[in-house]
Amino acid sequence: MTARYLIIENIHKTFTQGQTSTPVLEDVSLQVERGEYISIIGHSGCGKSTVLNIVAGLIPASSGHVILAGKEVNSPGPDRSLVFQNHSLLPWLTVYENVALAVNKVCRHMNKARRHEWILHNLEMVGMSHALHQRPAEISGGMKQRVGIARALAMEPKLLLLDEPFGALDALTRAHLQDEVMRIQAELNNTVLMITHDVDEAVLLSDRIVMMTNGPRATIGTVLDVDLPRPRNRIQLASDPRYNHYRREILAFLHQRQRKVEPLHASSPPGERAADSRAARSA
Amino acid sequence: MSIPGMNQTGAGEPAPTAMHKHWERLRGVLLDTVLPPVVVGGLLLLLWELLSTQSGSTLPPPSRVVADTRELIVHPFYNHGGNDVGMGWQILASLERVAYGYLLAVIAGISLGVLVGKSTWAMRGLDPIFQVLRTVPPLAWLPISLAAFQASNPSAIFVIFITAIWPIIINTSVGVRNIPEDYQNVARVLRLNGWENFTRIMLPAAAPYVFSGLRIGIGLSWLAIVAAEMLIGGIGIGFFIWDAWNASMISDIVLALIYVGIVGFLLDRLVALLGRLVTRGTAV
Repeated sequence: MTARYLIIENIHKTFTQGQTSTPVLEDVSLQVERGEYISIIGHSGCGKSTVLNIVAGLIPASSGHVILAGKEVNSPGPDRSLVFQNHSLLPWLTVYENVALAVNKVCRHMNKARRHEWILHNLEMVGMSHALHQRPAEISGGMKQRVGIARALAMEPKLLLLDEPFGALDALTRAHLQDEVMRIQAELNNTVLMITHDVDEAVLLSDRIVMMTNGPRATIGTVLDVDLPRPRNRIQLASDPRYNHYRREILAFLHQRQRKVEPLHASSPPGERAADSRAARSA
Repeated sequence: MSIPGMNQTGAGEPAPTAMHKHWERLRGVLLDTVLPPVVVGGLLLLLWELLSTQSGSTLPPPSRVVADTRELIVHPFYNHGGNDVGMGWQILASLERVAYGYLLAVIAGISLGVLVGKSTWAMRGLDPIFQVLRTVPPLAWLPISLAAFQASNPSAIFVIFITAIWPIIINTSVGVRNIPEDYQNVARVLRLNGWENFTRIMLPAAAPYVFSGLRIGIGLSWLAIVAAEMLIGGIGIGFFIWDAWNASMISDIVLALIYVGIVGFLLDRLVALLGRLVTRGTAV
């Protein structure tokens, strides 16, 4: 019997603000194999970002555990590198320096020349070698996200966390970047946990799709196994009946079983609100 | 047949065009930024000249000022011992005091600003005190600092320090408090230690705020030094003005005021330039 690589066990999370406390997550459990690509999909406000932040260690769970490669997670660390929706590059550093900040801190075992090579290698992998000395303000949104991915990959994480990484991009750039991520994932065999609200993106990229129920007290509704051969091609998949079947499954879950009734959830829990305002700022 | 001709124009044309463009740009700058102040300044000088050449006028006209202060203008760095030194030395003496006081204010101000920005408890405790103390006029600090230091030079430096520190503290703390959470998350994922977080994330992220505080601070410093020096005496542009008043050398005062203005302007621009260099990319 093989030990699971990532174990999320009975996670509960309640946000408390003054007198009011909002139960956001209730009993979320998930097990992930090494090298698996998992997507978490759900309506906005369902707490999927909260799950990711708990796995990242950025916020503590109210109860439950996250165990990665046999060790319990309770603080952030470079073994779980994050790609943020709004890239979070430091605007005063160049593309190279942004990756270098991570590499110089995390890859202490390498000597200086090796680290330099490693920075260049990761930027080349995402196709950003041409803009090493440009600052984030001088490159496009898609390019910023590429640099964010390079920075995350350069830390050689055990687990790569993607928080709606393509959400702020236009459709064409998004498709291009999804293909790149598939190629890199095939090459490096990373274990990935991705938050998304894009049905096509989830089916295209994932081995399994975790569908979350609506909050408050959100939990995992269904887990869908995506049994499509890799490498996947978006054009061929468009006419593949299995692909369309998976799409329909997710759509049915989101729009029939978990149909979002807006007025009832007009006020989202504080965690989601913070995430939303962050997203709004980046937009 | 037509090829040689084309070559000729091809080779000959770019140079005049480039020079022409250069000249156009220069002319634009001259017309837009140099001409207006020169015209307005000239008119004001003319008005001043007309007003102060009337009988009964108490102030010298510009022509008299230039005639009276010719020696000071052409020999800024003479030294006849004691207080009798050129304007250049006077200004440098003032600048030296400002440099000491201001640098101390920068170090203490940024440190306190970071403390107040980072720690809620420090903010609650210190902020009310800062808000009261910052309204105390610079010169009001002079007697108490003379009493404390028993010497004029450290007292003047202290007055500069206490004048410049408040905007630096307040702007730094606002800058630190407004660092986007995402940058802090990056620091947490990378497990930056306190010093790395301070130098790599906090200072650069807060830099635009810090520099606007530094810029206000240098302006206030230069305002305060002239006033403080009038009271403490010795070498310095402030005391030079006071001395000139006592000797009824009004032209010297006019010249000194012009120098004070120009130096203050240059100090402001220097800090602004420094800010632009340091905050490349951040100041949006």
